Amino acid sequence: MPTIQLVDLAHARSGDKGDTANVGVIAYDPRDWELLRETLTEERVKAHFGEMVKGDVERYELPNLHALNFLLHGALGGGGTVSLMTDAQGKVFSTALLRMQVEVPDEVARRARGRGWVPADFDPSVPVEP
Amino acid sequence: MTHDDTRTIRIGSGQGFWGDDLEAPVRQVHDGPLDYLMMDYLAEVTMSIMQKQRNRRPEAGFARDFPPLMERIFEACVEKGVRVVTNAGGVNPEGCGAELVEAGRAAGVSGKARVGVVTGDGLMDRLDELLEAGHELRHMETGEPLAAVRDRVQSANAYIGAGPIVEALEAGADVVVTGRSTDTALTYAPMMHEFGWSPEDHHRLAHGVVAGHINECGAQASGGNALVDWWTMPAMERVGFPLIEAHPDGSFVVTKHDGTGGRVSRPVVTEQLLYEMGDPSDYITPDVVADLTGLELEEVGPDRVRVSGVQGRPATDFLKVSIAYSDGYKAVGTLVYAWPDAAAKARSAERILRARLDRLGLTFDEIRCELVGWDATHGHLAGEPPADIPEVQLRFAVRSRERESVERFTREIAPLVLTGPPSVTGFAGGRPRAQEIMAFWPALIRKEAVRPHLNVEILEV
Repeated sequence: MPTIQLVDLAHARSGDKGDTANVGVIAYDPRDWELLRETLTEERVKAHFGEMVKGDVERYELPNLHALNFLLHGALGGGGTVSLMTDAQGKVFSTALLRMQVEVPDEVARRARGRGWVPADFDPSVPVEP
Repeated sequence: MTHDDTRTIRIGSGQGFWGDDLEAPVRQVHDGPLDYLMMDYLAEVTMSIMQKQRNRRPEAGFARDFPPLMERIFEACVEKGVRVVTNAGGVNPEGCGAELVEAGRAAGVSGKARVGVVTGDGLMDRLDELLEAGHELRHMETGEPLAAVRDRVQSANAYIGAGPIVEALEAGADVVVTGRSTDTALTYAPMMHEFGWSPEDHHRLAHGVVAGHINECGAQASGGNALVDWWTMPAMERVGFPLIEAHPDGSFVVTKHDGTGGRVSRPVVTEQLLYEMGDPSDYITPDVVADLTGLELEEVGPDRVRVSGVQGRPATDFLKVSIAYSDGYKAVGTLVYAWPDAAAKARSAERILRARLDRLGLTFDEIRCELVGWDATHGHLAGEPPADIPEVQLRFAVRSRERESVERFTREIAPLVLTGPPSVTGFAGGRPRAQEIMAFWPALIRKEAVRPHLNVEILEV
């Protein structure tokens, strides 16, 4: 099976509570929700982050939202104002998770590849009209 | 008051944190219909910052840009019947209320408006009394009793719920100012007031909590900081902040004023729902415990998302307490290294600096080094930097209980420019500053230790 980056299958948002970062992962396409549930186990996510997460990883499911919520304990160097990290509040742990390489069926890879990236013709200097 | 079952009330978000877009509340009031404007000013560290300010100056200790903001919108709010609910009071809601009355007079609404001031969440003056009475205020994660850091505590406040806000609204307050109210209560207290919900209406209240969670971060629920298709987000230069159209049965629609920028869509709202989320089946507030696992989102029109399916159950017997204590010092120094071999130069500078700090005999609880432009946010997941990386910023941070160690560190960055690896620049900002660390101590307290102290005062403008 081909391998793609999670960034093409899901978008994500993260935040903090003390020394714990949370990462919510949301399937772009509801058809990929089951695949995310099977792939993104607590063990897999813990292994992905390695030394960046000192404590446990907990996972919660929000099936109607096609989303998973991960709690990464001991990820923020003490958290709040104690932390020496640039990302002391875990704001971009979300995108760090989206770096993960995942194996998917051919048709999913074909459909999803490039989904999480700006199109080649994007010009940031041009205003986006409603 | 009668409670019409078909009524809709509009509760807009005006500030997502202290320092948010100052024009947003002005747009919310002027750009379309609105009944309530909620403004959240308090994060975990904000209370300790405000307490420090109040220690220096007794009239301070609240979000000081709130009264001038009200001066700009007070008249429009009174004319349109928009009532304001905010936790801008910080550790000094009375002081905030007094300045607000002055702002109202300057804005020309004398005799036309009332300010409600909620007090009693502050525990700092009662801390020893509470500890002696057996409230140990154990750290929620470590279980350690507060006694361990008592002499270093800077601020202590209970997260209070909607009760006193509803009381102030019933008493006719046009602006309600609180201290450490929960962020979500600022949105669901108006629903309780308008729809006559009782504390036992658990499912409705739980919907109100979710509405509050969506409102509390400002434009994060209307396209700001949204990852999904961010490059398509329209007219962010005039982003419309979210507003909640609430119904008496609890269900609500998230939307924003017509003609404003940003986007309210299912994926955008989903991202905000997941922000700072813990166990979604156990979202604890002072007034209800919400279960979001059955929550449904439905796009019911352009920039309109309907939320339903939230379950609620009775609140616990406890309030969360936000305690801040002094926990040493830290400082961050930065230098920029340029091509060729930018990362190798920065890593060499790191090694040299570590050795110098060692030779000086300084003690640090932690030293952390990041290469901004390479691994600062994604750590080892970024892999090894390419040899032709154009530039990196070396970001070197230290933390210590001893102020002297941190102060001496701040004098060790600049010397690296002439005594370390080449092609280094970006030091014009001067010496880094040693900063006192305010650590956060989350604890629980029984509600009956706080409730009798809560008070609502109504001031005439």
